[in-house]
Amino acid sequence: MTKPRTLTWRAGTVTAVRQETPSARTLVLDVPDWTGHLPGQHVDLRLTAEDGYSAQRSYSIASAGSGPLEITIQRLEDGEVSPYLTDVVETGDQIELRGPIGGWFVWRSAQPAPVLLVAGGSGIVPLMAMIRERGQVRGRQPFRLIYSVRSPEDACYADELQRRVRDDPGLDVHMVYTRTAPAGWPTPPKRIDVATVNSHGWPPDFAPDVFVCGPSSFVETAADILVALGHDPKKVRTERFGGA
Amino acid sequence: MGIISRGFGGRRRDSAPDLPPGQYLTHDFPVLSAGPTPRIPLDRWSFTIATEVGQKHTWDWKAFTALPAEEITKDIHCVTKWSKLGTTWKGVSLDTLFEEVETAADYVMAHSKGGYTTNVPFEDLLDGKAWIAYEFDGEPLDPEHGGPARLLIPHLYFWKSAKWVNGLQMLLEDEPGFWEAAGYHMYGDPWSEQRYSGD
Repeated sequence: MTKPRTLTWRAGTVTAVRQETPSARTLVLDVPDWTGHLPGQHVDLRLTAEDGYSAQRSYSIASAGSGPLEITIQRLEDGEVSPYLTDVVETGDQIELRGPIGGWFVWRSAQPAPVLLVAGGSGIVPLMAMIRERGQVRGRQPFRLIYSVRSPEDACYADELQRRVRDDPGLDVHMVYTRTAPAGWPTPPKRIDVATVNSHGWPPDFAPDVFVCGPSSFVETAADILVALGHDPKKVRTERFGGA
Repeated sequence: MGIISRGFGGRRRDSAPDLPPGQYLTHDFPVLSAGPTPRIPLDRWSFTIATEVGQKHTWDWKAFTALPAEEITKDIHCVTKWSKLGTTWKGVSLDTLFEEVETAADYVMAHSKGGYTTNVPFEDLLDGKAWIAYEFDGEPLDPEHGGPARLLIPHLYFWKSAKWVNGLQMLLEDEPGFWEAAGYHMYGDPWSEQRYSGD
C-alpha cells in the first residue's frame, strides 16, 4: 500500500475533443503535475455554475497509464453532467478533477496472467485503457475482449481496435451486436450468452484475470456466465455503470 | 468555490433536497459490487459474531429471522455520488445481536461471502444506528443488493453496508477492509465527504 495522500482538486485544460460515437466523446486533458495512473482507474470531475452550485461525477480513464489523460463520456439523456461534457465543453476549457482513484478494478502490467475483458456499451472505457496500456508497455499477456454494443455505430474506438488487432497477434476482439449487426455479420443480433463467453473468452483453466464493465444488468449476466463456466469468482472483477 | 464551468447551469438543485456535499439524487437503486453476485441458499446461510478472544455467536437463518426485527426508513449515500432517500428495510438491530456478546473491542471488521470486508468503529454499530437487513421495500432482499442479508449502516457511505454479510470480527485496533485498502476512506462520513483516504 502506498501511504494515504490527499487527492486535491486540480484544474485540467481540455486540449482536444474526439467524437467517438454519436453520443460519446473523448476529452483529452492537460493536468499539471499529473503523475500517471493505472488502467481501470477513474477520476472525479467537478463542475461549478456561476452561482456556486456544483456537481460531481466519476468517469473512467480511457488512456494508457502515461501520456495525456483522456476520458470518454457517454451522454445520458437525462443526465446533468454528461450532456455538458459531450455537447458544451470545448478545447481550452478548464475542468476541475481529482484522482486517479481506485485500486481494485485495475490491470497491473506486471501480472503475468492472460486477460479477458468483457465490455457492455460504455463499459469499454476502462478496458480500453488496459488495452492501450498493454500496447504502451508492450505487454506479452494475451488479451481477449468481448465487446457488446447495440449497433456498429455505438462502438467506441472501432478503428483503433481494428488496427490494434491487425498489428498485434496477442490481442483478439469479438463484437456482440444486440440490436443491429453490420451487413454480412454471421449471426443475427443477440445478447451475450454462455456460447459467446465460452468461444471467445479464455478457458477457466488458464486462470485469466477477468474484467467486466458495463451497465448493471449486463455485468450481472456476464459475471454469472463466467462463474457458471468455472471461472474463480475472485478472479472476476466488475465495475457497474449507472442504475440497475 | 471552484473554477466556474463556462455554460454549466446545473439543473437538479431546485428539486434536490438537503444532500451531503457532492451527492446527487437518484430514484433507481444502482448496484456496486467488486465481483460476481453470490447466490446463498437460506439453509446454508449463517451469521457469526467473533470476539477478540475468539468467542463465537452464530445464528442460522431460522434463529436469525426469529429475532425481533425493525422497520427502518433511511436515506442512503453511495461514494459513487448517488443518494437515495427514504429507503425502507426490515432487519435486526445490531443492538439486539450484541445483547449477548461480551467484548472490549473498539473496532469491527465485517466479512461477506466472497471475501469482501469493511471496517467500522464499534460505536457506529450501536444505539440504533445499524442493522442486518433482509428485506427491502417489503420484499426479500435481492442477491444483487446483498441478499439474503446485508449490513445496513446508513449514516456512512454505502460501501460500509456490506452485502452478503456473514460475520463480524471484533478488533482491538482498526484495520482497513477491502475498499479501504484500495484508497477509500477508513471511516466514510458522507456529510464530511470522506470519500478517499486523506479526505
